[in-house]
Amino acid sequence: MSAQATEITPAPTAKGGALRRKLPGSLAWHIGSLLILAVILYPVIWVVGGSFKNSDDIVGSLDLFPSDPIISNYTRLSEGIADIPISTFFLNSLTLAVGSVIGILVSCSLTAYAFAKIKFAGRNLLFTLMIGTLLLPYHVLLIPQYVLFRNMDMINTNTPLLLPKYLATEAFFVFLMVQFMRNLPRELDEAARLDGCGHFRIYWSIVLPLSRPALITSAIFTFINAWNDFMGPLIYLNDPEKYTVSLGLKMFVDQDAVANYGGMIAMSLVALLPVLAFFLAFQRYLIDGMATSGLKG
Amino acid sequence: MGTAVTHAPAMEDLTQDSEPRHRPAKSPRPAALKRRGRRETLAGYLFMSPWIAGFLLLTAGPMVASLYFAFTDYNLFDAPQWIGLDNFSEMFADPRWQNSVKVTLWYVAVGTPIKLIAALGVALLLAQKRRGQAFYRAAFYAPSLIGASVSIAIVWKAIFSDDAVVDRTQKLFGIDVGGWTGDPDLIIYSLVALTVWQFGAPMVIFLAGLKQVPRELYEAAEVDGAGTFRRFWNITLPMISPVLFFNVLLETIHSFQIFSSAYIVGGGAGGNACGPADGSMVYTCYLYVQGFENSRMGLASAMAWVLLVAVALVTAVLFWSQKRWVHYEEGA
Repeated sequence: MSAQATEITPAPTAKGGALRRKLPGSLAWHIGSLLILAVILYPVIWVVGGSFKNSDDIVGSLDLFPSDPIISNYTRLSEGIADIPISTFFLNSLTLAVGSVIGILVSCSLTAYAFAKIKFAGRNLLFTLMIGTLLLPYHVLLIPQYVLFRNMDMINTNTPLLLPKYLATEAFFVFLMVQFMRNLPRELDEAARLDGCGHFRIYWSIVLPLSRPALITSAIFTFINAWNDFMGPLIYLNDPEKYTVSLGLKMFVDQDAVANYGGMIAMSLVALLPVLAFFLAFQRYLIDGMATSGLKG
Repeated sequence: MGTAVTHAPAMEDLTQDSEPRHRPAKSPRPAALKRRGRRETLAGYLFMSPWIAGFLLLTAGPMVASLYFAFTDYNLFDAPQWIGLDNFSEMFADPRWQNSVKVTLWYVAVGTPIKLIAALGVALLLAQKRRGQAFYRAAFYAPSLIGASVSIAIVWKAIFSDDAVVDRTQKLFGIDVGGWTGDPDLIIYSLVALTVWQFGAPMVIFLAGLKQVPRELYEAAEVDGAGTFRRFWNITLPMISPVLFFNVLLETIHSFQIFSSAYIVGGGAGGNACGPADGSMVYTCYLYVQGFENSRMGLASAMAWVLLVAVALVTAVLFWSQKRWVHYEEGA
């Protein structure tokens, strides 16, 4: 944190002074930003370069990119991990991620509508409870939920991973949507009420379409979290045919890493691609949704 | 459980219920009003029914069950046996448990401040409106989305292992400690580095807070001759203190719950679940080991409740300290 960094866009008072300060200041700013960028990007570039290296060179060699790149790390991925094709893991992850997105969008938007647009007895108490679950460490629920799903014979199915999403247990998204819906112009739904619309019509035809930015933000975060999730699948899935990409990778680490280190690095990169693609396509929604929808509502 | 999700709005918003109360101009007859109120209540609970079901089935019920398990010996196969406080006395006397507490506290106490200072520092840098600002903001945020993945944990393990890039770079400066991931004392710092790498999420929140500091304050301070540091200390810091509070709260709570990265980065080293000589055996890793590898569900539930109480205490202390250093603007 240099002295330069602590200046927050001083409005230039005199033109001459501004010009004199602008060049070196801007240069230092760009050099600083580029240095941080280099640190941030290094692991990502490392994994890209490493995926084209021989297994022996990946850890030991300091060169980011090999002089003689090989693609066998990728071609060998078609052999799969422990005789299971990579596509199985991707399909499993995709099923869970898409299922989670649908669940979150439906259940959280319904709940948020009730909090934001309906006045009913007990609403404030329920809202406080909902916020409380936001701060609750997940690990307290880990074991009893496991026992519950085990008693219901649902281990090794997707249900324990999906059901919570359909029951709006992700309080963060409820909260995000409540904040958004509260700030929609009230005139619209009041007019609709006078025209005799019920709550479901207002929810479906007015509030939901207007809440699109909050819904998109929630959908992307849900997808990425479900894709990255490791602990949930680790606990609930035990048949390798049902493994997600995260578990497939872990299996790679445990079984094949010594023999096929390059393949593991290539697979790590391939596993990241969907998240990176989402990020590149929707980064505005992610960052703006996070920064603005909460802060001032 | 995702990292991306930990950053939300300022704390003041969490507690406010800001919807303006609208009263109809002409109040209808009491009976009609009552009927309408009942219908509204019914509609409210109907819309909320998924959440209510989830709360009862997946949060409140399990919490009660977990509290009960904490006082039992339970291996999943036989019915739980009530053993009173035995789980707790066993836990507190267990050196591996003590180690996991130490490792976790160390991780929280070192990682969280560094991460937040990095986030604030870079946010101050990016708050200057210059060309490329949006690009840098997006690029710095990206690690927060992929940092929790198994892929990055694998990369981390490789980068910090013996003879890899971090080790080689250190040797250039004459420091030879071997790889961090193979060293019981150092592996936790590779995890600290991993969390600091993800400073982008709190940074985005800081940036949004910085944008709301009124420019006039700085201009007035400049006229009064306040230097860069005084402007930061007397204007920026108080004005963004609600955002700072929010970031401290969520980052701290989140750090206590680190699991996947410790499990993967430390995994496989000498047959241990989490790091050489339990070096990255953070609290939740040990909870997982006791519950799911040793089938000690009662003991693991007791561990979970100790974690809950610890997190609740930290939250309470932070909320209590809030009065002294967090400034909420009137009418905000």
